[in-house]
Amino acid sequence: MTLLVRERVEVAGPPPDRPPFWTMRRRDELAGWLFVAPQLAGIIAFVLVPLGLVVWYSLHEWSVLADTFDYVGLGNYSALADDPRLGPALRATGLFSLGLVVLNLSLALFLAVLLNQKLRGTVVFRTLFFSPVVVTLVAWTIVWGFLLQDNGGINGFLELLGIDGPNWLRGDATAMISVIVVQLFKNVGLNMVLFLAALQGVPAELYEAARIDGASAWARFRRITVPLISPTILLTSILTVVGSLQVFAQIAVLTQGGPGTSTTVLIYYLYQQAFQFHHFGYGATISLLLFVIVLALTALQWRMRRKLSFYED
Amino acid sequence: MLVYGVLLVCLIPFVFPTWWMATTSLKPVNEIFAFPPSLWPRSATLDAYRQVFELQPFGRQYVNSLYIALLVTVGTLVVSSLAGYAFARIRFRGSGLVFMVVLAGLLVPSEVTIIPLYRMFDGLGLVDTHWPLILIPILGAPSVLATFIMRQFFITLPKELEEAGRVDGLGRLGLFWQVALPLARPAIGAVSIFTFLHSWNLYLEPIVFLSSKDKFTIPQALTQYVDAYGGALWNVQLAAATLSALPVLIVFVLAQRQFVEGLAQTGLKG
Repeated sequence: MTLLVRERVEVAGPPPDRPPFWTMRRRDELAGWLFVAPQLAGIIAFVLVPLGLVVWYSLHEWSVLADTFDYVGLGNYSALADDPRLGPALRATGLFSLGLVVLNLSLALFLAVLLNQKLRGTVVFRTLFFSPVVVTLVAWTIVWGFLLQDNGGINGFLELLGIDGPNWLRGDATAMISVIVVQLFKNVGLNMVLFLAALQGVPAELYEAARIDGASAWARFRRITVPLISPTILLTSILTVVGSLQVFAQIAVLTQGGPGTSTTVLIYYLYQQAFQFHHFGYGATISLLLFVIVLALTALQWRMRRKLSFYED
Repeated sequence: MLVYGVLLVCLIPFVFPTWWMATTSLKPVNEIFAFPPSLWPRSATLDAYRQVFELQPFGRQYVNSLYIALLVTVGTLVVSSLAGYAFARIRFRGSGLVFMVVLAGLLVPSEVTIIPLYRMFDGLGLVDTHWPLILIPILGAPSVLATFIMRQFFITLPKELEEAGRVDGLGRLGLFWQVALPLARPAIGAVSIFTFLHSWNLYLEPIVFLSSKDKFTIPQALTQYVDAYGGALWNVQLAAATLSALPVLIVFVLAQRQFVEGLAQTGLKG
């Protein structure tokens, strides 16, 4: 019915020798641009322009308190290269990211494999492992900070077992381990769920065939599971690495970058310089360094895609 | 049986902190560091909960967090579903280039641009208002992942559906609103969940942009329960933490299928 009405309207439209200006193609052209306009404008205003400003700021000595904004060329860059705190900050960032990514991906994959067996109660376990993801980040951090106090819950339970626990957040190594572990259990459920979804896409016949050929459980995991879910491994590792460079709240709440500077990762150092010491120009230089690291790591992992992913959609 | 044993042991660090948070918030001050540690409060009290609201305008801060997170979620859905739809289904000149520009947002964490963003909002007189916390996530880098997920979903829709819509006389907006969007519920669910949580958890932006207590959001407020020497009032902090975590946890348990499967089965799979 609708079809008929349509056609009659079109026949009654403009004569065939002058095609209408608003063809479907032109309409789509306009609609496409209008649909992406808010996003495009937002990215320009809140990402690209600020990124340009970061570069501009990094070329200036800018003291908010003294209200000065002087061009210093690459002065901030050479200052950053000579900054005795840069080395420790990069080291802390590297330790944190590496520790987190390795532990996160192995634990997520381990839990996903455990839960991928057809067991009763899988949904309950999955829900519980995922639950920290939805707990308010700072709430999660606070309760761990409380547990990790010298006289807190963890040392209390250790003492019941006759172990004298360390003052976790006050030792260089234990403080770093603590912030890694707090972040690990907060978000590992997310990667676990992504791995579970990937595992469910691995055809069961492959395992059957391998079992008949006498492959061990480890060999099946190594030769079937890992290659087949490698696109997911790549994706989760990119998300986890980039995410680890943005971890701020946990450090700010648990250690404030201490003891000493042992947990002062780059983003925390950036926050200190810009918003505690009000060195915006120098802070911008650190921002750029952080940006370059994110870029380099993403590019590196993207290049590894060919080596890692045997089967890509 | 062995598998269950391993799973139960693995569960401890995931579940115990939440349990400890809720039970400690009910303990009187002299019990919170008691040895041996008590898994259940020996004498329960709601004293800490009373202090949560006495020491800070916590109700107000709770509403702040909630309305900001809801606005950000709705705003992100509008922006990302429109853009995701256009990238997936509309052929227009320059779409490839625009897509690359938008994807660049994935590579620029908002922390990198926090200094110029602060200056921009300062110039507009919007520091110590909620505007930066609302506008940056909706329009800036955080929404790009949402757009990407939406695009990945809309790409999978069969062409015939839209052709049928065309025949019925629908324009682009109609096709988007009446055909594509109703089918996108899993993607909308996933985007809503992680957008809400992202906003709800935000910490760096609030402490940079906000300075008056009645404008604070929950994460920022939680750390403000300290004594005169800056030492944490643990039971009060944990009571406030419980209040912030429990409603989201309950919603999650009730809707866990949509949560978990929505996240797993949308574009995030790659």
